[in-house]
Amino acid sequence: MPEIFIAFSYKDVLYLLQAALVTIAMCAMAFSCGLPVALLIGLIRTARRIPALRWIGWAYVEVFRGTPLLMQIFIAYFGLSILGLQLPRFVAVSIPLILYTGAYMGEIIRAGVEAVPRGQWEAGSSLGMSYPQLLGYVVAPVAVRVMIPPSVGFLVQLVKGTSLAYVVGYVELTRAGYIVSQSTYATMLVFTIVGVIYFGINYPLSLVSQGLEARLKRHA
Amino acid sequence: MTYTFHWEVPLRELPAFLWGALATLEMSGVACLLGLLVATCGALARLSKRRFLRGAATAYVEAIRNTPFIVQLFYVYFGLVTFGINLEAFTVAIITLTVNCGAYSTEIIRAGIQSIHRGQTEAGLSLGMTYWQVFRYVILMPTLRVVWPPLASQFIATMLGSSVASQISAEELTYAGMMLESRTFRTFEIFFFIAIIYFLMARLFSFLFSLTGQKVFREAWGQL
Repeated sequence: MPEIFIAFSYKDVLYLLQAALVTIAMCAMAFSCGLPVALLIGLIRTARRIPALRWIGWAYVEVFRGTPLLMQIFIAYFGLSILGLQLPRFVAVSIPLILYTGAYMGEIIRAGVEAVPRGQWEAGSSLGMSYPQLLGYVVAPVAVRVMIPPSVGFLVQLVKGTSLAYVVGYVELTRAGYIVSQSTYATMLVFTIVGVIYFGINYPLSLVSQGLEARLKRHA
Repeated sequence: MTYTFHWEVPLRELPAFLWGALATLEMSGVACLLGLLVATCGALARLSKRRFLRGAATAYVEAIRNTPFIVQLFYVYFGLVTFGINLEAFTVAIITLTVNCGAYSTEIIRAGIQSIHRGQTEAGLSLGMTYWQVFRYVILMPTLRVVWPPLASQFIATMLGSSVASQISAEELTYAGMMLESRTFRTFEIFFFIAIIYFLMARLFSFLFSLTGQKVFREAWGQL
């Protein structure tokens, strides 16, 4: 075999593990910045008195759930450059993921808020509580419990979603796997390792989500 | 902002995109139907008394659900080539989508089967229903009614997810966009336009599925 073929070595594994950290960082960024968006969407989706707000929230969720994440990444990534924004690439690929998180987590928050019976809202407001007080003292304690298992489940979806940053050439775990596989020709080995790393990140999350859900069901 | 939009670029290629949309539907439709077969076997295996079958089915479902589709796609695509099997990218995409959709649907079908209690079957028999009647009215229709909505969402998720197949150059809607993009560099306009097509397809199928669900399964339920 000619020397231009670089054999697969432990260094490649280290490179893949580093790339996995990028994947985790993207996921953390998208989730933490997506939560405020989600809170906004979840709250306007449950606004009873203002139909226009409800409608905007509904449209937002439908758009993000009705189009491929791949398209969202393409559009946001190239749309940002059209707007003339020169953002670091990490931020540019995170923005579509943040908006995506906003839509899915927004639905989870809405479901949580709606899990609180009407009577409790009414009881709170008849005691003279304001809307923020109602949310904080009446809704949140119940809603958060309902929201946690699906939120952890969504994290799994988000980690998988970050793999699509591959399409704009951003080096995260999948792109790193592709690069290593092209330079070493150890394709199957590389993608097995990549798959195992993703599994290693996601499976614990899946187990936690399932466990919490089962616990919630038992105590319901 | 000094950018001039050229919306005529994707509009001119509308026939190519419609063809791509049909290819996307074909790809995801075939994959979902085959996936349903896989899922039925998977669900029966997960509920089986044999530990080996249960373990294998659980491993399959967890492996697929915890890894990204694009990695699965590369794995199958390059894997088949390694074993000397050269298939068209479109076929590879259908195979991978089938495996992927099969794992998600396994859980849906399993929940559907578990929603029927043994007592219901016995109740049907003791009312003098024949085995066929029990199967049809007590097992099949109620199960279908339970699994129909999540299967419909699964089809839409598969359809939207199939856009990733463009990355191994399977010829579908996103690929049609990428081809035009490489000639014109109107990335934003093209993918915005294509996203609209996906959105319309998702809305249309979501509507059709819920209509079918209401018409077929509620009526079947009403006959009882």
